[in-house]
Amino acid sequence: MKREIWKGSEAIAEAAIRAGCRGFFGYPITPQNEIPEYMSLKMPESGGVFVQAESELAAINMVYGAAASGMRAMTSSSSPGISLKQEGISYMVGAELPGVIVNVMRGGPGLGSIQPGQSDYFQATRGGGNGDYHMVVLAPANLQEAVDVMFEAFDIADQYRNPVLVLADGLIGQMMEPIVWKEHTPRVLPDKTWAADGRRGEREHNNFITSLLLAADACEARNIRLKAKFDEMEQNECRWEEIGTEDADLILVSYGTPSRIAQSAAEQLRAQGLKVGLLRPITVWPFPTARIRELAAGKCRGFLAVEMSQGQMVDDVRLAVGEKKPVGFYGRCGGVVPTVSEVRLAAEKFYQEVQ
Amino acid sequence: MTTIYRKSTGLQDTELHYCPGCSHGTVHKLVAEVLEEMGAVDTAIGICPVGCAVLAGNYFNCDVIEAAHGRAPAVATAVKRLHPTQPVFTYQGDGDLASIGAAEIVHAAMRGEKFTTIFINNAIYGMTGGQMAPTTLLGQRATTAPLGRTVEQAGSPIRMAEMLSTLDGLVYAERVCVTDIPHLNKAKKAIRKAFQKQMAGEGFTFIEVLAACPTNWGMDIVEANQWLLENMAAYYPLGVIKDKEAE
Amino acid sequence: MKKREVILSGFGGQGVMSIGKNLAEAGVVEGLEVSWVPSYGPEMRGGTANCTVILSEERIGAPLVEQATEIVVMNRPSLIKFEPALQPGGIAFINSSIVPDKVTRDDIQAIYVPCDAIAKELGNPKVANMVMLGAYVGATEALKVETIEEMIHEMFTGKKAKLVPLNLEALQRGIRCAKEQLA
Repeated sequence: MKREIWKGSEAIAEAAIRAGCRGFFGYPITPQNEIPEYMSLKMPESGGVFVQAESELAAINMVYGAAASGMRAMTSSSSPGISLKQEGISYMVGAELPGVIVNVMRGGPGLGSIQPGQSDYFQATRGGGNGDYHMVVLAPANLQEAVDVMFEAFDIADQYRNPVLVLADGLIGQMMEPIVWKEHTPRVLPDKTWAADGRRGEREHNNFITSLLLAADACEARNIRLKAKFDEMEQNECRWEEIGTEDADLILVSYGTPSRIAQSAAEQLRAQGLKVGLLRPITVWPFPTARIRELAAGKCRGFLAVEMSQGQMVDDVRLAVGEKKPVGFYGRCGGVVPTVSEVRLAAEKFYQEVQ
Repeated sequence: MTTIYRKSTGLQDTELHYCPGCSHGTVHKLVAEVLEEMGAVDTAIGICPVGCAVLAGNYFNCDVIEAAHGRAPAVATAVKRLHPTQPVFTYQGDGDLASIGAAEIVHAAMRGEKFTTIFINNAIYGMTGGQMAPTTLLGQRATTAPLGRTVEQAGSPIRMAEMLSTLDGLVYAERVCVTDIPHLNKAKKAIRKAFQKQMAGEGFTFIEVLAACPTNWGMDIVEANQWLLENMAAYYPLGVIKDKEAE
Repeated sequence: MKKREVILSGFGGQGVMSIGKNLAEAGVVEGLEVSWVPSYGPEMRGGTANCTVILSEERIGAPLVEQATEIVVMNRPSLIKFEPALQPGGIAFINSSIVPDKVTRDDIQAIYVPCDAIAKELGNPKVANMVMLGAYVGATEALKVETIEEMIHEMFTGKKAKLVPLNLEALQRGIRCAKEQLA
């Protein structure tokens, strides 16, 4: 298959169109403007709808409307804008609507910076809006993976009738890499008989899309049903990659662009004779907890989380490892990307500590 | 036996939860009748708000999407653009539309989105229990303006139909009420016209209904309708605010 | 093939981003793993722009580099900023039409390419970056000259096809300039 070189944001947008997305709704924010810019031209060309919304609030609610009426739709933004979308995401979960949200993360909190960040991990994995909920969070580390997960994201959203978040960082959005447009085998998905797209003589009843259940017991029952879906997602959708973990004394845990920096650091340490491996979550929710627990029970002497934050994913590593092995952390934040030598030094130091 | 009256097929056979004397039930009926008469019950998609009409999907017989507070015009924008041949309407109260959702309604009107908004202006927050709305009249009491609204504290009430009419994308705006049969007939005519213009693809259409809320106004039903005509209609003039075609 | 980690830097409008893209695109044609990362942010608005290109036979880890195998410098601030980021034994390609300085380190190699002067000689100042691309390919042999030539044919089609010979010539002048200094 032909390799083509693409810019991250544009590749993500093109992948969404190829995955059958028919509505894109967004609001400008750096560093992801190439996604709406690309969509403004290409979405109408492919028969879909593009609207530059008046705000991120409106954009996510347009996704809500598109999804409620049975269409594949998405929005993209960067950290501060994603904060504004949390209301809509919570409503989508409550009303059981599929949809894809892309967060090209930058430094925070507040306006923060416009350089790459990963400080939205808690918001992404714990549910940034109100209520008990989760969504599958896919965190690509290269452009091939970024386009592949877009196809998956729409399928996962439709399968569970739940929004899916694609968590990228500014580097993934801005860089260029070769990709291959693979043949995507779509999942077998249920018909959207629930959609409010007009009865059109097909139904005896109207469809009413809502997240409101005034009776407490009915609301609890819905929560229990949602929990069953989240359990199913945890069961089926967790994915990760391991490099050199079999014999590793130290395992670096990292996702997105920092995982590539960690990979380079691990290679350099291997060359020095230190057995260092990498576990890279591709979904950060569900998190590969069981696999990390298994590795913690083995010969590995410690784990080092590497993030572009003050330490968020490291909590999930600690939950997985428990008291079995020491867990360390190295991170830069605010838009600063860690260098390979920084990570190598931090890993080397931690390696000596856990020997 | 001749049937001289029956419930519109645009409504489900359910009991409404609205308070006695509330205008919502009447406006639901008018919208439903228009949809039925236009043969649109089967294709229409309604967007209901947060507020007293939050459960409108249990009353209307067409498909309904319940939106987050104030966001109905954003939801409707996507629905109409993706289903351009089907009638789409939002049904929103004054807290929803004129306060928290002010940006969404303004921008939907600016873009000339081809759906119809039914705006229920009862000068109060109904569902949450009578707090001041942006439409509450000066001097009118509310639970968050116990001594009556003042300009110093809250400014003067907002006239949404007039404000939105400054936007080119809005092609038709009329303010109506349903206090009595003549007004009710006018209201229905206006709603029908709005839907017709929508289906002709002319642009955004807006019907503001001055509505009674006897419960939160602390009045009986007759008093409430009288107060509406004397006070609300004085500040919010009834009639066509904008008709692009007629201009 | 040796892994190439290149930093390219210059004023906005000097075409450093597109030299980088050309390198990455040619790398893809030759079946290599490549990555191109722009610098962006406040410095994008005027001033110096830079990008990082990696060409490798293996999967690319970190897409940013601390110690470059080569630097391509189109203006003076870029030389000051990136000379320290060059590996010992690395090559600095310097646009000597704009940068009057010589490199200060003695553990690196420098190739001075009067890109703008050559472009002017060829009658079109826009091909200065093609001269620099030629110099890079000529000195490093990281990519085949034919690959770049094919890319030039693909880049300029239709009405712009008349620009092909000019760009091919600019490429050759860059190659020659670099080879002469290596000899």
